[in-house]
Amino acid sequence: MKTPDKTTAQRYWKENLTYLAILLVIWFLVSYGAGILFADALNNFRLGGFKLGFWFAQQGSIYVFVLLIFVYIFLMNRLDRKYGYDE
Amino acid sequence: MDVRIWTYIIVGLTFALYIGIAIWSRAGSTKEFYVAGGGVSPLANGLATAADWMSAASFISMAGLISFMGYDGTVYLMGWTGGYVLLALLLAPYLRKFGKFTVPDFIGDRYYSNVARTVAVICALLVSFTYVAGQMRGVGVVFSRFLEVDINTGVIIGMVIVLFYAVLGGMKGITYTQVAQYCVLIFAFMVPAIMISFNMTGAIIPQIGMGSTLSDGSGVYLLDKLDGLSRELGFAEYTQGTKSKIDLFAITLALMVGTAGLPHVIVRFFTVKRVKDARMSAGLALFFIAILYTTAPAISVFARTNLIETVSNRDYASVPKWFKNWETTGLLAFDDKNNDGKIQYVADPEVNELKIDNDIMVLANPEIAQLPNWVIALLAAGGLAAALSTAAGLLLVISASVSHDLLKKMILPNISEKGELIAARVSATLAVCVAGYFGINPPGFVAAVVALAFGLAAASFFPAIILGIFYKKMNKEGAVAGMIVGTLLMLFYMIKFKLGWLGAAPSPASEWWFGISPEGFGSVAMLANFIVSLVISAFTPDPPEDVQQIVEEIRLPSGAGEATH
Repeated sequence: MKTPDKTTAQRYWKENLTYLAILLVIWFLVSYGAGILFADALNNFRLGGFKLGFWFAQQGSIYVFVLLIFVYIFLMNRLDRKYGYDE
Repeated sequence: MDVRIWTYIIVGLTFALYIGIAIWSRAGSTKEFYVAGGGVSPLANGLATAADWMSAASFISMAGLISFMGYDGTVYLMGWTGGYVLLALLLAPYLRKFGKFTVPDFIGDRYYSNVARTVAVICALLVSFTYVAGQMRGVGVVFSRFLEVDINTGVIIGMVIVLFYAVLGGMKGITYTQVAQYCVLIFAFMVPAIMISFNMTGAIIPQIGMGSTLSDGSGVYLLDKLDGLSRELGFAEYTQGTKSKIDLFAITLALMVGTAGLPHVIVRFFTVKRVKDARMSAGLALFFIAILYTTAPAISVFARTNLIETVSNRDYASVPKWFKNWETTGLLAFDDKNNDGKIQYVADPEVNELKIDNDIMVLANPEIAQLPNWVIALLAAGGLAAALSTAAGLLLVISASVSHDLLKKMILPNISEKGELIAARVSATLAVCVAGYFGINPPGFVAAVVALAFGLAAASFFPAIILGIFYKKMNKEGAVAGMIVGTLLMLFYMIKFKLGWLGAAPSPASEWWFGISPEGFGSVAMLANFIVSLVISAFTPDPPEDVQQIVEEIRLPSGAGEATH
């Protein structure tokens, strides 16, 4: 296996952590934010037959979860290539 | 054709398929037995993970539960999907890079301690046994309702099937049967949902039908109609719910984190070749899970509306045939309190005359919506696929905990490959028998016990694994203390508020800490675990240099190699 080069490894890890932080903030905002804490306020708006807060809680948050993982896969594959960790 | 004949045909065909796959994919080595040889494709692993994860509860009970909870049912929808984001981002890639067979393997090696390994084994067994009992029961229930055999006979048939492919094929057999089971269960779930959605709203996609107008020409949105009906009968509005924000928050968090900490889910990510594949299979798994999880709330809305419109204020003498059918199972009960011969279905328990079990909403839904008999039979096959796939995944965790973590790693380190494989098969067999026993004699607290499984997974594994990856200086003293405190706190709260001490009545909800229910307490116990781990590790020596080196290495994706002992 490749001997981990300290500084490259550290930079890779730091960029990875930045991605994680951003994606997890979105994860938190759609589920706990839009789906629970601000659901009542969002329920004043509508998306077709759905009240918006209810839609986020029972539909929207799940779509965003799936999307988040695929964005993560895309970002990490790109990062792996950038630092030469892909295989 | 008769429903029963359809059921025998469809269930028979799916069982033949599972057994065929088991014979084709026998495990020849411990590596094949524990991690399917480590060469599963991300697509197959995604499908298998989805089936592994979606249990009898997801398939049979969840939509019904939500249809009575309305907005509050959100905790299950978000809680049982959002955990995959944590799993994909925080756990799966690193655990795959670490490259071992089991979760206690990681805990034991990362915290360089057999005490930590033992604590992890105990937690894994506790979580998996509580969970598997519910699955075997689910198998029995499906059999008894659709094939009119006794529940116990149903459990035994289920045991024999699982025994066959789990013992013979290990993880390899389980993986490929789970792929088939996912296809069966999602087809069985979607067909009635699509038909009902089309009948009620004209939309073919249930997720859209749920937010559409009714096709009766009134132009009223389905959800507004249901809110209106609920109000009239004295229930809370469907889209509003009654739980407090803090409890919703805590339950959702406990279920998400618990999902990410369940050993039978984590271990699926050890079966792929590269770190990249682990990420991809997590994404695909959630995609496949989301198909069912975004359809379920739509079914809840259709079923609840249908139910109210069909039975409310109707003459008991003129109820449809399905009503009488389900009355005989005891899942539906009518008690004419005011002797007017009509069914009063209202929120006020004094006046309400109809008792409905959650499970009916999915199982009887096709009958209520007057769908053809083969759809009803399909549902039986789907329920069985959901229960069997989850049971098999759990049994594998139990057998690996015994044969690998206890026997190979601690008691008999010199055991041969062949000996370990035999031990794995023997422990899988014993585990099936224990699970079957609990399926036939279910502990009276099955529902409580499943909540406990999630709480325990959240309170024990999740912090230990996260800190093990993201905090290089986390040491064994901190991790062990954290796991013990988290687990005991969770058990204490569960016993105090859900089970009661030695037969005494549980304490009332008014005494809940911070207003958090036992189902949501896993979040608090998890926080306690994190805090204890961090504080203790600050006052005890750093982990050895070679362990810190391991942490550096698992953070880099390349060179994952193959899973080894």
